[in-house]
Amino acid sequence: MCGIVGLYLKNDKYESEIGKLFAPMLIAMTERGPDSAGFAVYGDAVEDGIKLTLRHEDENYDWAALAKDIETALDTKVNWFQNSKVAVFKVGVDAEKVEDYLEQNHDDVLVMSSGKSIEILKEVGLPERIVDMFKLGEMKGSHIIGHTRMATESAVTMAGSHPFSTGLDLCLVHNGSFSNHNRLRKELQREGIEFDTENDTEVAAGYLTYRLQQGDSLNEALENALKTLDGFYTLTIGTKDGFAVVRDPIACKPAVIAETDDYVAMASEYQALTTLPGIEDAKVWEPEPARIYVWERNGN
Amino acid sequence: MSTNNLAEQTSAFETINGVGTVDLSVQTVRDLNQALHDQHDDMTIEKWDVLNPKGHHNLAVGVNQKLKIDIHGPAGYYCAGMNQEAEITIHGHTGQGVAENMMSGLVRVKGNASSAAGATAHGGLLVIEGDAGSRCGISMKGVDILVKGSVGHMSCFMGQAGVLAVCGDAGEALGDSLYEAHIYVKGSVKSLGADCIEKEMRAEHIEELTELFERAGVTDQDPRDFKRYGSARQLYNFKVDNAGAY
Amino acid sequence: MTEKRKYMTVPRESATFDRLTMAEIRRAADTGIYDIRGAGAKRKLPHFDDLLFLGASMSRYPLEGYREKCNTSVTLGNRFAKKPIELEIPITIAGMSFGALSAYAKEALGRGASAVGTSTTTGDGGMTPEERGQSTKLVYQYLPSRYGMNPDDLRKADAIEVVLGQGAKPGGGGMLLGQKITDRVAKMRTLPKGVDQRSACRHPDWTGPDDLEIKIKELREITDWQVPIYIKVGATRTYYDVKLAVKAGADVIVVDGMQGGTAATQDVFIEHVGIPTMAAIPQAVQALQEMGMHRKVQLIVSGGIRNGADVAKCMALGADAVAIGTAAMVALGDNDPKWEDEYQKLGSTAGSYDDWHEGRDPAGISTQDPELMKRFDPIEGGRRLANYLRVLTLEAQTLARACGKNDLRNLEPEDLVALTVESAAMARVPLAGTSWIPGQQQTF
Repeated sequence: MCGIVGLYLKNDKYESEIGKLFAPMLIAMTERGPDSAGFAVYGDAVEDGIKLTLRHEDENYDWAALAKDIETALDTKVNWFQNSKVAVFKVGVDAEKVEDYLEQNHDDVLVMSSGKSIEILKEVGLPERIVDMFKLGEMKGSHIIGHTRMATESAVTMAGSHPFSTGLDLCLVHNGSFSNHNRLRKELQREGIEFDTENDTEVAAGYLTYRLQQGDSLNEALENALKTLDGFYTLTIGTKDGFAVVRDPIACKPAVIAETDDYVAMASEYQALTTLPGIEDAKVWEPEPARIYVWERNGN
Repeated sequence: MSTNNLAEQTSAFETINGVGTVDLSVQTVRDLNQALHDQHDDMTIEKWDVLNPKGHHNLAVGVNQKLKIDIHGPAGYYCAGMNQEAEITIHGHTGQGVAENMMSGLVRVKGNASSAAGATAHGGLLVIEGDAGSRCGISMKGVDILVKGSVGHMSCFMGQAGVLAVCGDAGEALGDSLYEAHIYVKGSVKSLGADCIEKEMRAEHIEELTELFERAGVTDQDPRDFKRYGSARQLYNFKVDNAGAY
Repeated sequence: MTEKRKYMTVPRESATFDRLTMAEIRRAADTGIYDIRGAGAKRKLPHFDDLLFLGASMSRYPLEGYREKCNTSVTLGNRFAKKPIELEIPITIAGMSFGALSAYAKEALGRGASAVGTSTTTGDGGMTPEERGQSTKLVYQYLPSRYGMNPDDLRKADAIEVVLGQGAKPGGGGMLLGQKITDRVAKMRTLPKGVDQRSACRHPDWTGPDDLEIKIKELREITDWQVPIYIKVGATRTYYDVKLAVKAGADVIVVDGMQGGTAATQDVFIEHVGIPTMAAIPQAVQALQEMGMHRKVQLIVSGGIRNGADVAKCMALGADAVAIGTAAMVALGDNDPKWEDEYQKLGSTAGSYDDWHEGRDPAGISTQDPELMKRFDPIEGGRRLANYLRVLTLEAQTLARACGKNDLRNLEPEDLVALTVESAAMARVPLAGTSWIPGQQQTF
């Protein structure tokens, strides 16, 4: 049970202050989700190579040394910067090479996300703490989705927090409770998808990854998800170019969307949207059950 | 917190031109509701303004006095919940469960209402000038609800009594498992729920709608444009052949 | 002939297709509808009889009866409420509806509970003047159906119990057939007379603990934060449910095991959904302890509580109080052998009668029929209930004193051992004579 929020900018008007607009949205969802919070911000894209968000338990971890190791081992250039326990690494080779290298040589480093522009940051604690810790208010980007967590059937840990990454530049946040995730997890494991937690949302993320690997478009993957996933859910999916929102056919978990000429915002509760510019004149509506809504810059 | 001490009273709200004013950027939701409840025994202030509501939950809940309350902005969940006798106007959108379990009085939403508007309400009138979300009038027990826009899916689910009138369209499964609530829709109905069927509009129904429009202050609607939906009453007593409906 | 008889086999009943099962299959084939009945799970389940107290010994000294006090009082709901509930005994009367029970039965429950300083609870049908009049402490249930729900009664209540589910049918709802809805019941529930009652299984305006938190705040706001808010769940994923109930803001949590009764629901639901009460309590207590909320958010346990030993065992496992439903009805006179002829006419027998939804209860308790109702005297019923509650209390005190406790809440799991492997695992106490608690390496 939780709160989810998302902000997608239709143009570059607010890109330099997306974090400033988004932070109060996340904090507004604190009561729904006091256990942990996280967000995925898209911006500062790399042209070649890959961008990874990496995490280490030790705040004083030697990221510089890691960067050098990667540069040497993979014969490439690494640009990086640290943000609390997380570091953003821009590496000039493809994702698989880096992830394999890390798995084999630095398995204490956790890969939170990989892609051209996605950065996932999440932590245990109140949303306000996460906002401060990662300086969310200063971030820039084109779109951002976030989540505040009230743990239901699994433990309160960083790993159990949303967003869950489902593939390159892809992630998922969820409000609700799945009911068939245990069997589905085993099936996906047999197909080679790996899971780190007992969390039901992670299974939904894994399912989307699997469908995309099978060649589904985002829309097709979500259509399949509607058929396969059982339970109550509002899902917001982050993609490289935008985000998608979908509710289950019964649609008991809340969701509201606000749209202006400059942005589309979604939230579990309207009060998360009240600080957005122009909200008084925005078109406000609730997404219909079992319908996929997608907003992306290159196309929709 | 009920007190005759003027000094103590003014910490919870201010009186501006005789109107009780609560600014939620300064005071709390608790302050607001206590101030409204304190009017029950001895109404000293009839009109109230709520400023900066900013989507807070539980505004003006459990009111039980003939107050006139204006909420200047969007409200969160359960605004005007369990209202008795008061006239409450929300100048903006409102969240889940507006006027839930209302007993009497009038609640008017100038913007949109979220899901479960008027849920289980026993009486009074709920007017939504925008759209209502899913499950509008769920389990309604005597309230009258008028929606100028459209309503979402599963509206009037298990509706027991009262009138739901929709000037726009209705979503899927309208009136599923309906008892005796009356449903009128002007626009299209995406689909009807279990045991809900279209019924004949007769003189008494035209009259019922006319009276509802009058009470709601709606002058631009003609009852004859509306279709009536009601219970087929096939689920009232179990028959083996109906087993498929469950 | 004699040769043949010497070698005939004895008729052998199948354990799988026993008489009960075969009769049920025939009934299903006759009617095409599931069987509906009242009461809780009837089959044999691991229960408190499998637990034993370790009484006084060389290392533990007992208390004298009477002179050396064994306190039984408990305060419920002091987490947020201005007026918590003070009970003189840790045994409350569980929610049972007017509609399921007659008005006289509800009156009797109020009389009996008040005589010994404890509370009663309304049910799925609202608050009657009889019960509010007789009960000095009345808990008002807030159910998915919201039948009869209104703010005036909410304000008259001493506590509010938000019901998610009950032990007999966690997740239940659906069609309840054959319930006779009389005039008075129909009016209170705003239903047409004589219809089969359909029950919603979810609340209409919230789903999930995140939205429940907001709903609880609404109830507090309406009642000016005066009274405690309980959350009641049927025992299923109790560990997680209790944690979520605390997070949603509960003052008191009520956990009802599968032995908990109901007025009427599908038999298949009662027997096959939910877990035994004994298996739920340690989960609930563990959840509360992990959150630092044990004794701060109180735990009431119900489902098959029958005697003072059951009460004491629930307290030992960590409950703050228990609730009784079926037992209270039996104390009032339900299923009494004196009506045996009538039970036989109904195709049943005293002790087995559970078709309470048909409204033909010979004891006049679970019926709205005016003729049958006359058989039940609420004053006598109240006296009987008070007697029974006193016995429960005295028995629990006796056991507690024998374990050296001056307060029922000082009983602890270490005072208990188990007779079977199942009960040891479920109650998380050692098998008698050993230090073995099965399943302890795999907790949540």
